[in-house]
Amino acid sequence: MALLRIALAGEGGQGVQSIAEILAEAAYNSDKQALYIPNFGLEQRGGVSIAFIQFSDERIGAPKFNKADVVIALSDRAIPRTVDYSDQKTLYVYDSGIKISPEELPSEAKQIIGIPALDIANNELHPRVFNIIIMGAVIGLTNVVSFEAAKSALDHKLAAKFEKNPALRDLNYKALEIGKNLAEKSLKEGGALNE
Amino acid sequence: MTTATPAIPKSWYLPSKPHKFCPGCGHGIILKALGEAIDDLGIQDQTIFGCDIGCSLLAWNFFACDSTQTHHGRTNPVMVGIKRARPELICVGYMGDGGGYSIGSQHLLNSAVRNEKITVILCNNTNYGMTGGQMSPTTLPGQKTETSPYGRDPEQTGYPTMGPEFVAAVASDNAYVARATVSKYKQLKKYLKNALTNQIQGNGFSFVEVLSTCPTNWKTNAQQTWAFLEDEMEKQYPVGEFKNPFGKGDN
Amino acid sequence: MARITEQPKKSFLTGNETVAWACLAADAEIMFGYPITPQNEVMHYWTRLAPKYDRSFLQTEDELSAGFTTCGAVQAGKKAFTATAGPGNVLMQEPFGMAEAMRLPTVAVIQQRGGPSSGTVVYSQQEVTLTTFGGNGEGHRIVYSTATHQEIYDYTIKAFNTAWKYRFPVFVLGDGYQAKMREPLELYNPEDRGIEMVKPYPLIGLGGEIGVDREPSHLCNIYSLEEELYEVVMKVSAEYESISPEIEEYEEKNCEDADIIILTHGIVSRAADDAVKALRTQGIKAGYFRPITLRPYPAKQLREAIQKSGAKKLLIAESAYGQFERLTKQEIYGETIQVEHLYMPGVGIIDHDIITKVKSIL
Repeated sequence: MALLRIALAGEGGQGVQSIAEILAEAAYNSDKQALYIPNFGLEQRGGVSIAFIQFSDERIGAPKFNKADVVIALSDRAIPRTVDYSDQKTLYVYDSGIKISPEELPSEAKQIIGIPALDIANNELHPRVFNIIIMGAVIGLTNVVSFEAAKSALDHKLAAKFEKNPALRDLNYKALEIGKNLAEKSLKEGGALNE
Repeated sequence: MTTATPAIPKSWYLPSKPHKFCPGCGHGIILKALGEAIDDLGIQDQTIFGCDIGCSLLAWNFFACDSTQTHHGRTNPVMVGIKRARPELICVGYMGDGGGYSIGSQHLLNSAVRNEKITVILCNNTNYGMTGGQMSPTTLPGQKTETSPYGRDPEQTGYPTMGPEFVAAVASDNAYVARATVSKYKQLKKYLKNALTNQIQGNGFSFVEVLSTCPTNWKTNAQQTWAFLEDEMEKQYPVGEFKNPFGKGDN
Repeated sequence: MARITEQPKKSFLTGNETVAWACLAADAEIMFGYPITPQNEVMHYWTRLAPKYDRSFLQTEDELSAGFTTCGAVQAGKKAFTATAGPGNVLMQEPFGMAEAMRLPTVAVIQQRGGPSSGTVVYSQQEVTLTTFGGNGEGHRIVYSTATHQEIYDYTIKAFNTAWKYRFPVFVLGDGYQAKMREPLELYNPEDRGIEMVKPYPLIGLGGEIGVDREPSHLCNIYSLEEELYEVVMKVSAEYESISPEIEEYEEKNCEDADIIILTHGIVSRAADDAVKALRTQGIKAGYFRPITLRPYPAKQLREAIQKSGAKKLLIAESAYGQFERLTKQEIYGETIQVEHLYMPGVGIIDHDIITKVKSIL
């Protein structure tokens, strides 16, 4: 697989860093090269939390990048903070619950997609698995790791919680699947990302 | 029943609000009391506000007063330098328990011994907040932090630093030394006003430690946070005035 | 000697966690440290691992103390290390100066952040001057500039051996990106790779009965006469120069026929490597040179690479405003190759930045 760069951004507490770490681990477990770095400066305190992840078969170069292949913005503030990472090859995804006017979206993108992750989390599943739906969406959009690898990495990270409450495992798997389906559906309108 | 709407202090700088402190952080309460004290005493234009590097650094543009960031632990000497150069200015140094009792302890000690006519306000939340919750001099025995993951062992790391007590032991008779808590607002404000008045009158050093909260690094909910502050912390750190040149005080 | 893993263990860790494991594997006994971003997690991991492996830790009152306590532990014959960044690195120059003077095998990991002053907590390559020539001495220290987590692991282990074999303070120079990012590496026991760990020994507390078995050990770092100091500095300098060839390390690619050599160190060298590959496919003859040791600097090898290639230009790219360039120029004084630079102080450099710069100057 060629180099894939993903930028994931949201408010502190939305679980951005957690899903980035799980995805990177899933890729690493699938014998791919992965590099994950959070934005950890003072801006993170009270500011937007961003995760930068890169996946490749080859050794990955610099940990940062100027343009992403996929951007996922989960809050109002995450959008202005991430528009600059979008160019004509970028798949720009945002939570459709965010009220946004067209000028605020990136001027350059391959495709701009809104997915109703927050809405579904709040109304059909549980607010806490909002970020897992997003994780499923990333897989649906990019196929960066297999669904099984993602489930396995999720299992590993949340092992303690799942042991205490096995129903959580089903909830999380369901969220993952819903996210994946949502993304695949949205992509059908504009063509796939990875040929 | 009448409800009072708290007014924003005039000495607060509006463009930097809402501030960046975490939800549940005690800094906002201390700085509110300080703002009201500055307003009541009418010293906004003469006040120089200095902050450390730690969570206090977020207060660098908090007040509509001339302000400066310094280095971690070095707020004391910077305030001393300003005051020695321009004695008419009211110098207020703001720091945490790491900056004041650890790296800055020699400066705190020497300012007290020399009776520098500055006011030092120290926010005690028993950990290094900004850097992610490491143990600090005021961490309680048994308390878990990032560098005392199995609980603070006093055999290895000593007992909690009793800051106002040690400052009071070396300070002059006309110094003002007190410990307040964010859970008793009126008392907090009174102590801050006393501290500033001590400087305004040209008496000597003034120092107020304020027991404060850090739910982010304590990993506590609202109820647990307040319980830790009022029950655990106040047991270890008695609140009151240790040196008060204005009268008997309430200690 | 504790074994930290039975088989070589593939892991996906942050740089800071890697440092903690490497120090464990190297048999370091005690860490002294003080909180400063971005190296805090070295302490977080060490304090959790230490009791399981019977190692020690002390969080000191500040970095002056962390440096001096490390010096003391080393004098007493134990492998000790510390980690710091930015203003903490500035403070540690006082104890590191004592380590240089008294030939103490300290190991320090530096995770560079933006400067000067509190700068940013994020990243830079702005502590090169400080780490190579800080303090009031002659830079008699060894500095490894790592670029990958595997190198952080390998060179932190090596740092202890280099320190205890040659008795100069050794530094592993990383940065905030390396500290906080996660990437794959392999953990191993040094002995399984044929790496023999040098045994530490005390300079004081030597045992036996003084006056009977031995004379007391008196260590000093101040002299009464200028001439005494002169003798000491000249002797140490000669020793440092004679061992340098054994310690110098570097990486060189595609320089033989290069028109332009791109010179970088640390994590920026990954972007340079990608840039050279891309430029070559576009028909531009770019070469790559990367010092791994900044002290001692592989100057002879760089001069050879320049002369052999007949390159017209040397492009120095760094996340600082000239610190690496000044260090390089003092080492290759006399070379007539034209020196260009890409300065991005406190900011990460990607291959695109280097490629664009190369095209603009050719």
